[in-house]
Amino acid sequence: MAATLTIDCRKTFPGRFTAAAQLTLPLDPPRVLILFGPSGSGKTTLLRCLAGLEWPEEGRIQFGSTIWVDVASNIRLSPQARRIGYMPQDYALFPMHTVCGNIEYGLSDLPAAARQERVRELLALLQLQGLEQAKPAQLSGGQQQRVALARAIARRPQLLLLDEPLSALDAPTRAKLCGELRRLLTQLAIPAVVVTHDWAEALTLGDTIAVMNAGQVLQVGTPQEVFSRPANAEVANIVGIETVVQGHVVANDNGLATVSVNGAMLKGLGADVSGSAVYVCIRAEDVLLEQAGSGGTSARNRLPGRVVELLPQGVLVTVTVDCGFPLRAVITRGAREELGLETGSVVMAAIKAGAVHLVPRSS
Amino acid sequence: MNWIAIAVTFKLALLTAVVLLIVGLPIAYWLTFSTWRWKFIVESVVALPLVLPPTVLGFYILVAIGPHSPVGRFYSDVVGHPLPFTFEGLLLASILYSLPFAVQPFAAAFAQVDHRLIEASWTLGVSKLHTFFRLIAPLSTAGLVTGAVLSFAHTLGEFGVVLMVGGNIEGETRTVSIDIYDEVQALNYAGAAKTALLLLAVSYGVLLLVYAMNRKVWAVWPQR
Repeated sequence: MAATLTIDCRKTFPGRFTAAAQLTLPLDPPRVLILFGPSGSGKTTLLRCLAGLEWPEEGRIQFGSTIWVDVASNIRLSPQARRIGYMPQDYALFPMHTVCGNIEYGLSDLPAAARQERVRELLALLQLQGLEQAKPAQLSGGQQQRVALARAIARRPQLLLLDEPLSALDAPTRAKLCGELRRLLTQLAIPAVVVTHDWAEALTLGDTIAVMNAGQVLQVGTPQEVFSRPANAEVANIVGIETVVQGHVVANDNGLATVSVNGAMLKGLGADVSGSAVYVCIRAEDVLLEQAGSGGTSARNRLPGRVVELLPQGVLVTVTVDCGFPLRAVITRGAREELGLETGSVVMAAIKAGAVHLVPRSS
Repeated sequence: MNWIAIAVTFKLALLTAVVLLIVGLPIAYWLTFSTWRWKFIVESVVALPLVLPPTVLGFYILVAIGPHSPVGRFYSDVVGHPLPFTFEGLLLASILYSLPFAVQPFAAAFAQVDHRLIEASWTLGVSKLHTFFRLIAPLSTAGLVTGAVLSFAHTLGEFGVVLMVGGNIEGETRTVSIDIYDEVQALNYAGAAKTALLLLAVSYGVLLLVYAMNRKVWAVWPQR
């Protein structure tokens, strides 16, 4: 049997909810599991149970052949004994130590020479050279994040646990560091569990996504599965992005990228490199439907297509249009009647380039 | 001035502070981090010397270490003389009497340490004991100094407990505060004034140190 991380545990929050999770993460080859959900959904609690900082009331956690927690047989492995790299949301850097002091904090069992060598490697890997003697308070948010990562991976952990690794950063830094983090995770080849509430981060970083709400794991799957085929309305509501398809950037003109999706050409924002593989993400409420052959608008993307599905939900109707790829739009019932939409109708879908989000993916 | 009494007093205060620095740390650590629901019982016991009249505390200590108690009998069997009215007996009483003055600043300082830092240390494979010495204690320096200095200063001025447990033996248990009382009883106001001024100056100096320490620490407290 291949080595896995198996989680099956329950923890009660009096007055709120009972968190329960059953998850399996294959460890070979190493994968990144995303715990995705709104705040208060229990994802941080689950991560802290993995770190040994919180204890489930029932259940067990097993990493490979080692049992970390088994409440029934009273096994509780301490955080020290788990050989993990844990990065809390606000990094928790030691304020009295320098960058070097923080990185080598967990390496005290190495001889001095090996320790210094390891610190040098990590400084180079995370581009922290020149900041060796700086204190955390003197660093920018992005630098603090890299120091925290260096400290977490210094002991060559067997599992990396990252709690909202990018949420403490401003938006431009976040977008830049998200790509760097993905490359780093691939390069390190350590299995990782990452908590996030940001769908772009989830798509970029994750191999597997577990969608959580109110303590329950609602769906587990690849990013594309979860985002474009949510298991139920609750998951759809949480992920909040109805169209996620794979595409390739074919041209890039000053940040306005042209992407090919199964033959259809789309203009969108977000990806920088021509030829790179991306996820094309479009919210249903950003898609306009017009009668085929109607006049021009400012929308950069006008895609002819055929209605394949109509799903009424209260006053709204979710329409799936086949434009070479399934595109979801949400319109009112009145608009549907005016357009006379039925399955098989030919329509024109208009999407502003700004509503087409391109998220890098590993091809 | 009675230099012998001054020497006895400083020796007593210094030893009390040192012992409390050692004994107080685990008590304060436990009081800060334990999640035991009945913890408040221990907290109240530690704080008791703050409100108890020194004569009451002294009385119970005297009874507890006297020749009629098992502890007192055991001590005199091992050491060869009874514990009351000796310097050792006085030291024991001082330690109990000043316990909250050490433990409470220690515990307050430990509670100030960001728990997320402690957790980060644990996940980096550093044991609880080493986390204490490498992280919690360095971040609590001001509280540790405050506790040690306050217990030192508090011992300098103790009177009731000394009288009850130590008696008034020159060179052994006669401390400065008792010396002042004796001088006043003998109507030697000039002698009392000199000793009193010394005690006032030392106490004020010690408190200056405590407040200056804490002021500096608040200004550079770790960013959170």
